[in-house]
Amino acid sequence: MMARPKHQRLVLVVLALAALLGAVLLAMWGLKDRAAYFYTPSDISSAAPNRAMRLGGMVDKGSLTHDPDGVTIRFTVSDGVARVPVTYRGIVPDLFREGSGVVAEGSMVSGAFVADNILAKHDERYMPPQMGDLAAEHRAAKTLKR
Amino acid sequence: MIAETGLAALWLAAALSLLQLLLALGYSRGAMGGPAVARPIAITQGVLTLLSFAMLIAAFLRTDLSVALVAENSHSAKPWLYKFAGAWGNHEGSMLLWVSVLAVAGAGIALFSKSLSERMLVATLGAQAAIGLGFYAFLLFASNPFARLDPAPLEGRGLNPLLQDPGLAFHPPTLYLGYVGLSVAFSIAVAALLTREVGPALARAMQPWVLAAWILLTLGITAGSYWAYYELGWGGWWFWDPVENASLMPWLAATALLHSVNVLAARGGLRAWTMMLAVLAFSMSMVGTFLVRSGILTSVHAFAVDPQRGTFILVLLSLYIGGALALFAARVGTIREGARFAIVSREAALVANNLILSVILGIVLLGTLYPLLVEAVTGEKLSVGAPYFNAVAGPLALILVGFLLIGPRLRWRRDGEPLLGRIAIPALIVVGALLVSWIAAPQIGLLPRFGLAFAAALAFASIAPLFGRNLKRAPLSLWGMVLAHFGVAVALAGMAAESAFTQETLAVARIDDRLKVGPWVVRLAKLEPVAGPNWTAIEATMRASRGEGAVVLKPQTRTFTDPPTQTNEAAIHTGFDGQLYAVIGRQDPNGRWQVRLWWKPFVTLIWLGGVLIALGGLLALVGRQWRQRGVRRRRREAEEWA
Repeated sequence: MMARPKHQRLVLVVLALAALLGAVLLAMWGLKDRAAYFYTPSDISSAAPNRAMRLGGMVDKGSLTHDPDGVTIRFTVSDGVARVPVTYRGIVPDLFREGSGVVAEGSMVSGAFVADNILAKHDERYMPPQMGDLAAEHRAAKTLKR
Repeated sequence: MIAETGLAALWLAAALSLLQLLLALGYSRGAMGGPAVARPIAITQGVLTLLSFAMLIAAFLRTDLSVALVAENSHSAKPWLYKFAGAWGNHEGSMLLWVSVLAVAGAGIALFSKSLSERMLVATLGAQAAIGLGFYAFLLFASNPFARLDPAPLEGRGLNPLLQDPGLAFHPPTLYLGYVGLSVAFSIAVAALLTREVGPALARAMQPWVLAAWILLTLGITAGSYWAYYELGWGGWWFWDPVENASLMPWLAATALLHSVNVLAARGGLRAWTMMLAVLAFSMSMVGTFLVRSGILTSVHAFAVDPQRGTFILVLLSLYIGGALALFAARVGTIREGARFAIVSREAALVANNLILSVILGIVLLGTLYPLLVEAVTGEKLSVGAPYFNAVAGPLALILVGFLLIGPRLRWRRDGEPLLGRIAIPALIVVGALLVSWIAAPQIGLLPRFGLAFAAALAFASIAPLFGRNLKRAPLSLWGMVLAHFGVAVALAGMAAESAFTQETLAVARIDDRLKVGPWVVRLAKLEPVAGPNWTAIEATMRASRGEGAVVLKPQTRTFTDPPTQTNEAAIHTGFDGQLYAVIGRQDPNGRWQVRLWWKPFVTLIWLGGVLIALGGLLALVGRQWRQRGVRRRRREAEEWA
């Protein structure tokens, strides 16, 4: 069973390459349907249902309602062009409020977005970059409408 | 004056590192000045960076608002601990800490690495200086922590409240010591490739550094995990956040390196592979630094920074990693073949360990970088989270544990025992535990179920190397290995139990309402305002009981004014069999309070396991140094006799 030196080095190199290839293949397989894409309300209609994704936009003023259970909220998210209804069960982050930006993680279930996590911006210095882009797009969309 | 002293010390240290590099280059071409000059320079450089770092801390402790960094990240009303630790709770300060650790590690090589040859020592210090130069330049030209602000503002902008926690004093420095401690392994590998001295001697010099860095990384990651667990109030202990991955990747590489460097030191095998891992481990530290410090990621760790800095670090990164890999490619042919071994042997099991760890590393790296790559190529935004990492890396981690069940009992070079005999008992425990869990808890998922079964088998298999030995004469490093592997079993049991048995209740409650979670009944007793040094809060008092007796939990929602932020302070009751975790949310329109409760059986084992792993590493480190000292002393005595 003892391999000759040259032979053994070759075996190790082949194993290392196989491991590298294996890692890449496994990662590609995993990423194919587990990466969560980022959508805005205008393009989320093209998204596949029941797949993990992120939705970003502004919480519409006056759209926030509380269910009687006290822990489920409903609101609509818009990007100035389209709007999507969202439901969320849980404790919302402190800076979540109407008229400000939000990124929700979840999936589309029969036309509504069911969020399992809500990310809101912390303050100017800890704002997720996606939200910064969004704010800019939002302003641009508003000026276009005018 | 304080800031200027710090800046001057930093410039001087940078100049010394340039000198150190030039000396090494000259020495390799036969010029004068070997270790006798290089040693004091490296030590002075370490002292200067420490001085510079101390000056930054002094500026923060005094809240010297004429220093821009202090004005932007501190506030006079902050408790002193967060003024102190706030020195590295920002981009510039944390980079200064990074560079200080790098220079101190260089001083450490100069002071302690006695087993390196003179050529190797000078070359190692040269490599260390080359890394240092780039990061000094980054600090001095792109992230000066001592820049003044004129006129000074009347008050600072404060520190992110999520960071205002004792964890800030411990987690970043520990992690950085580990991260940057790996630079020594990198420098020794580069030096060995340059001087063509790849062999067991270098492995013995590298071993304590790798082990020490790995211990600190383990502790830093464990501490960070627990911090996130109690501070964020989300009830999770690992979020596969890119920044967490940035610390996990060097740990994976260091774990592989730790095992392969043992093969090289003890058996002379796996030479090229160990060099490769040494380069890879610190490369992962630099990739991590890039991910965190470039501002391309979303996280509490990613302080807002301008994109120029990202480019700067990216250039440094490609220079160092590319350079080291090119050197490796050029010199790999000159590395002599190591000692050979059979397919069933300790070495082969360690190769399996290394390969699986590398595959997991690759999977984590690709998952972390994928969103950046996709956005760069197609402009599409996406995120990769727990579903990917758990599904792809989880089963591999279990396979790794599978090898751990038998590997440590195999003999070096060739194992004579029948393999079946080695596998039998652990396999029986796995099967038995699976059967028991299927009967006792049919509802739990596949991954946690196998996790529990493997943890049970590993708890046994990890202490098996002690069987049949005289325990008093077993070397300390063997105890270290046993303890570390037992720690893996403990941590795995905690992770699996948390994932399998956690129970959650999310509801609203009025005063005196009762909520149930797991075996607990929790009563909301009262709500009252409380105030801290720089925050006010609403504090809930909850009485929780199961059977007799009651424990009191006091979760808060805190409001900070500088900067204006709210945070949830979770309240946690730790019992011998798990933790009860309570978060108080907001008041709903009907005047009821949102309450979130978790019962997490055996969750504490996760961090206990992490600490045991680190302790095992410490035992191995102390044991080995002890023995080496003995070997050196005996050699010296033998020489004196001769």
